[in-house]
Amino acid sequence: MTTSDAQKEIQKVDSATLESPLKPMQHNRGPLAQAWWFVRRYPVIPIFVLIILVITAIIGPTVAPYERDIGIIGDRHLPVLQRSACIQTDDWNPPYAKADWVDINGDGEITGRDQPFKCDMPRYGLWTEGYHFLGADHVGRDVFSRVLHGARISMQVVLVSLIIGSFIGVSLGMMAGYYGGVIDELITRFVDIWYAMPFLMVALIVTLIFGRGLTVLLFVLALIAWTSFVRVVRAEIMVLKSLDYVAAARVNGASDFRILFRHLMPGILNTAIVVGTLNTSGLILAESVLSFVGAGIQPPTPAWGVMTTEGRDYLTIAAHQVLVPSTAIFMVVISLNFLGDWLRDRLDPRLRQID
Amino acid sequence: MFNFLARRFFSSIISVIGATVAIFVLIQFHNDPRELFVPDSGYGISQEQWEALGDRLGLNDPLWKQYVDWVGRTLRGDLGVSLARDRAVTELLRGKIGATVQLAIGSWVFAIALGIPMGVLAAVKRGSGWDYFGRGLAIVGQAAPPFVTALVAIWIFAVWLEWLPAGGRSPEFNWKEYLLPCMALGWGAAASLMRLTRSSMLEVLDSEYIRLARAKGVNWNWVIYKHALRNALIVPVTSALLTFSGWLNGALVVEIVFSWPGIGYEALYRAVNDNDFPLLLGTVFIFILIYLVFATIADIAYTIIDPRVRLGDSAE
Repeated sequence: MTTSDAQKEIQKVDSATLESPLKPMQHNRGPLAQAWWFVRRYPVIPIFVLIILVITAIIGPTVAPYERDIGIIGDRHLPVLQRSACIQTDDWNPPYAKADWVDINGDGEITGRDQPFKCDMPRYGLWTEGYHFLGADHVGRDVFSRVLHGARISMQVVLVSLIIGSFIGVSLGMMAGYYGGVIDELITRFVDIWYAMPFLMVALIVTLIFGRGLTVLLFVLALIAWTSFVRVVRAEIMVLKSLDYVAAARVNGASDFRILFRHLMPGILNTAIVVGTLNTSGLILAESVLSFVGAGIQPPTPAWGVMTTEGRDYLTIAAHQVLVPSTAIFMVVISLNFLGDWLRDRLDPRLRQID
Repeated sequence: MFNFLARRFFSSIISVIGATVAIFVLIQFHNDPRELFVPDSGYGISQEQWEALGDRLGLNDPLWKQYVDWVGRTLRGDLGVSLARDRAVTELLRGKIGATVQLAIGSWVFAIALGIPMGVLAAVKRGSGWDYFGRGLAIVGQAAPPFVTALVAIWIFAVWLEWLPAGGRSPEFNWKEYLLPCMALGWGAAASLMRLTRSSMLEVLDSEYIRLARAKGVNWNWVIYKHALRNALIVPVTSALLTFSGWLNGALVVEIVFSWPGIGYEALYRAVNDNDFPLLLGTVFIFILIYLVFATIADIAYTIIDPRVRLGDSAE
């Protein structure tokens, strides 16, 4: 038996015994197989989608081809990838032929009267020039532009509420885990009661009392976000505080405050990040549901949930008004779920149980 | 068992008191419920009428007295009179609860009928097309908010295929009207049931006694259904019961989308929009009661299915 035979034999045995669904990286595979392996091993697609979301949130509103809240009457319910009825006066001549014009007055023929009227709105010379890339909604506003604006709103809302929520949740969890006793009992009971409330009900009541608006929405979402931090952080702190290094710090005369922030906080950061990532998708869902119900962001601000609820009445004639923002929500949430699961497995496999 | 139920009972009472007191206090921040009777444009009402209205609604009493009155009336089964519709809250809620419960049961049946078999299939045929299909369904179900599922379902089945009605619920039973709302509400639950069934089934299939049964030559199907599935069902069943508060959220959205006359849409949503605080308080009270009953049932069910779990521990 030559050496190469022996190696083949070992490989055969290896692949027979290691029945893992993900086989270890093999270097003799083709580039395509390697790429596929990489895509399966790491959350490439979710990260790609999220990077697009972040870029959109940052530059989206400035590059949006149409105005956010001003519609073009001739474009109402325009389907996806259709030319706008509103073409600027300079563009009436070729390449915009008469055949491209929309029969605005609806008399069945294209005449001079159907000449696209002059549009007052500023337009940026992008590839969507003259086109409604993703159609127009029931007042003729460009859906694509509104989706771009919506990305920024979603990001703002989720980031702010997540920061507030994690601050409240982590500090309460640390207090409950560190001090124990009555404080622990009070905080955990409160969290239990809080869990018992359907969040939509809480949100509706809060918006009834404090009015509708962005600040109230941020507050409501923070109220939703904080609970999940408390339990996990509390359990983690209870383990950490009994370790020797904490005892050593205390012997050295460190105050409670110093122990909490200097010695215990770094230990729970991983967990907090994982819980935060897992929470993000829930917050985006909650934000869209609240906006959909009317308790969140108010029209005409183009949050994705608002766009969906506005398009709901026109499902029969122009379904894209619902489908486009729904798809946006769905893509972002699914990417965040994947990324969160992956992070959880990488950083803290024990958290699997809180699924 | 008795100890557990007693503890549960007291903590439930505390939850209910806490929630209702919170609403009573929060309502003080809000504008006067009497304003509902005064149209924005029009003649308004005189000062005497305003005071008389306050007396009738008990708004002139101090807050604690209002609360005690409310508790007393509630214990006698009287949830007050709706401001916006001038009918007893209990009467308004009675018909709506039926509709919501029917919706919940229907979607529950849908979730179990789809989630558990798909989970078992995905676990037994691990790595096959079924597995990927099932996991894909689960991922889609968990990522789509209920209103998206509902609207897409309407778009496909009502607008495009024209098989089912797009919403509403007629007085006489029509099974077609139930299909879409139940599907929309049950979809997310089916997805999480599927995931849980799959993972616990995989765990059980990996255990010693399954290998023993196989080694003895027991029929594979028999092993799956008799030996594995029974043990694997513990987690999904309890989770199905415990996720009830999530169901209430979903039910509200689905009821709005399908104009379903349940408590979510007809009572809670309307109460918030109409500033109708007796109705709001009554609805919240009923919601919390329903939730607490379900949480207790889930805890008890847990011990019946798995005797190793002691009552009281599961609350931690």
